[in-house]
Amino acid sequence: MFEYAPAPESRDIVDIKPSYGLFIDGEFVDGTGAPFKTINPATEETLAEVATASGEDVDRAVQAARKAFGVWSAMPGSERAKYLFRIARIIQERSRELAVLETLDNGKPIREARDVDLPLVAAHFFYYAGWADKLDYAGYGPGPKPLGVAGQVIPWNFPLLMLAWKIAPALACGNTVVLKPAETTPLTALLFAEICRQAELPPGVVNIVTGAGETGAAVVNHPDVNKVAFTGSTEVGRLIARNVAGSGKKVTLELGGKAANIVFDDAAIDQAVEGIVNGIFFNQGHVCCAGSRLLVQESIAEELLESLKRRLSLLRLGDPMDKNTDIGAINSSTQLARVRELSDIGEAEGAERWSPACALPERGFWFPPTIFTGVAQSHRIARDEVFGPVLAMLTFRTPAEAVEKANNTPYGLSAGVWTEKGSRILWMADRLRAGVVWANTFNKFDPTSPFGGYKESGYGREGGRHGLEAYLDV
Amino acid sequence: MSKTEAAARLAVRKTYKLYIGGAFPRSESGRSYPVTSSKGEFLANASKASRKDARDAVSAARKAFGGWSGATAYNRGQILYRIAEMLEGRRAQFVAELAEAGTKKAGDVVDAAIDRLVWYAGWSDKITSVAGAANPVAGPYFNLSSPEPTGVVAVIAPDEPLLGLVSVIAPVIVTGNTCVVVASERAPLPSITLAEVLATSDLPGGVVNILTGSVKEIAPWLAAHMDVNAIDLTGVADDDLAVTCEQAAAENLKRVLRPAAADWYADPGLKHMTAFLETKTVWHPTGI
Repeated sequence: MFEYAPAPESRDIVDIKPSYGLFIDGEFVDGTGAPFKTINPATEETLAEVATASGEDVDRAVQAARKAFGVWSAMPGSERAKYLFRIARIIQERSRELAVLETLDNGKPIREARDVDLPLVAAHFFYYAGWADKLDYAGYGPGPKPLGVAGQVIPWNFPLLMLAWKIAPALACGNTVVLKPAETTPLTALLFAEICRQAELPPGVVNIVTGAGETGAAVVNHPDVNKVAFTGSTEVGRLIARNVAGSGKKVTLELGGKAANIVFDDAAIDQAVEGIVNGIFFNQGHVCCAGSRLLVQESIAEELLESLKRRLSLLRLGDPMDKNTDIGAINSSTQLARVRELSDIGEAEGAERWSPACALPERGFWFPPTIFTGVAQSHRIARDEVFGPVLAMLTFRTPAEAVEKANNTPYGLSAGVWTEKGSRILWMADRLRAGVVWANTFNKFDPTSPFGGYKESGYGREGGRHGLEAYLDV
Repeated sequence: MSKTEAAARLAVRKTYKLYIGGAFPRSESGRSYPVTSSKGEFLANASKASRKDARDAVSAARKAFGGWSGATAYNRGQILYRIAEMLEGRRAQFVAELAEAGTKKAGDVVDAAIDRLVWYAGWSDKITSVAGAANPVAGPYFNLSSPEPTGVVAVIAPDEPLLGLVSVIAPVIVTGNTCVVVASERAPLPSITLAEVLATSDLPGGVVNILTGSVKEIAPWLAAHMDVNAIDLTGVADDDLAVTCEQAAAENLKRVLRPAAADWYADPGLKHMTAFLETKTVWHPTGI
């Protein structure tokens, strides 16, 4: 086997400031909460100090958004569209810088930030830009109205992409936003604020408030917020749903998952193995729709497992800035502790744990790609969302059993099916209770394609024509 | 059951029971409550459903979900139209019962209810075209989004005993959901008579289950039930009760519909259907 020479991406392209404030009413301002540090999870070096938005700061941001709502919602859709097109173009122009910053702050491989996150971010703004002056034709009747101020809270796994999923449709529909990025990955959102200034977006249309859970709660619970959009854990989603009960706020929640990736005996094995690897090890498994439960038809289980192990031993884990890296760093020590804990429980409950020989860097947060076999449906490793590079493998005999096992979870975000038989794909797709079904592929995203879950994976859809509904008073 | 008839011949009164899984059981609790006409005259004892009845109704609805959601849209449309036919056949009975419950222009109400069923029957094989989408993704993939029923829906029916009732049941079931309905507490009798219509319309047992009793008691049980996927709070007038239900519904992230007060004669729009639909998007690579 040939070894790869290091191919590090240069970080010089991005200029990280020593400290960042909040972005309110078009200006960077100090926060009144205690600032926090954001670190590079691959090295544990501090990247910058970031302001914490207190309740009063959030209130100022909401007021700015409310004031801007008058101007923004009254603007012809064609003008709003042009601002969004401008933003999309600037994102493309500065995509390398954004990708490097995303990798430094998040720990994901630069190859993924560069080839997946950033192109999707720009595409999302392009897509919704085009809707801004066509809302009459979106299927919600003539002249659908925006909701007002949207309070948006996003996670750390795809920081800029989740920002795009939230901000692009909100602005296209005529809303203004107060967005809180995750506390471990605030930097690309703050660079996005700078992009809003370059695009000369009217002040107050986009406000970015940084901080931890308390700041997020202040955004979501603010009485002058009309719309709440949250992506994150089911636990926090539940809390939000309870807190906004009776407030009349429109809510969309994109929460956890425990997707089944189902492989039948007639599947193209090599493609399925690639799909399984992409399904669970993409972005270190920090993906709500990750294919974390592998369901394999019994007759091919051994053969498939062997191929999978062979493939896993070829994955390169290490410096996320290296263009050859497949698996980057776990985003935080907290998340690493959770992945470790659930994996230890998996072993303790009797499942068999396997990882390829894989040297972990000394500094930073790392976890090797891991497969559990001999997993029962009752094991926590098969029920709980690990949100890490950990795959639980189970087997089945009949399609009906595969459906039964796949649906045996409170979640319902995504599912995968691998088989060469078309009618079986459609039969399975009909019965899987999940918002996205990938057949003979996995983890594909597109701004035109609605994304979101059934059951406790949340409600509402992001992307496509369906994504507009979340931001319109319809 | 007018007084003059009763004088000529003693009427055989109907026992009003619950409607669960296609059968008409009494409340397992043995409880009932008196229902009176708008003038305060005794009409009948209605069953007062218990928590156990609510749970039985949810399991009946869950059991019926696979078959009903798996039926063809054409078949569901046929059955909804059949419900309209059966209701038309019993028009006089409903007019009399609604009049006793104090409904004005009862004939118009029954007509509107029948027409509403016909309207929704026609949606069964059209809503997918209207709410779905073929998505032009930037890659070699087939990508299709289709609406699917959410699952078991708890429906708190409005205090509008027939037109309101039909207007909340039909949109839920036409797309393939099954439901547990809490009837108007004040005027529950037409809802049980409607159950007789449902039972003779080829609607599989368990698709619609109807409970009568205390809304304040039953609604929170259904809102908190972990095997209920969604709740329609149309009939909850009390704000505190609505908030209690919404909070309980958060536990398993039920979809919640709480519409503003409706004019039941107006065009209902799609909201009562789309609130209980999920969007499923299927991807497949294209190639040779």
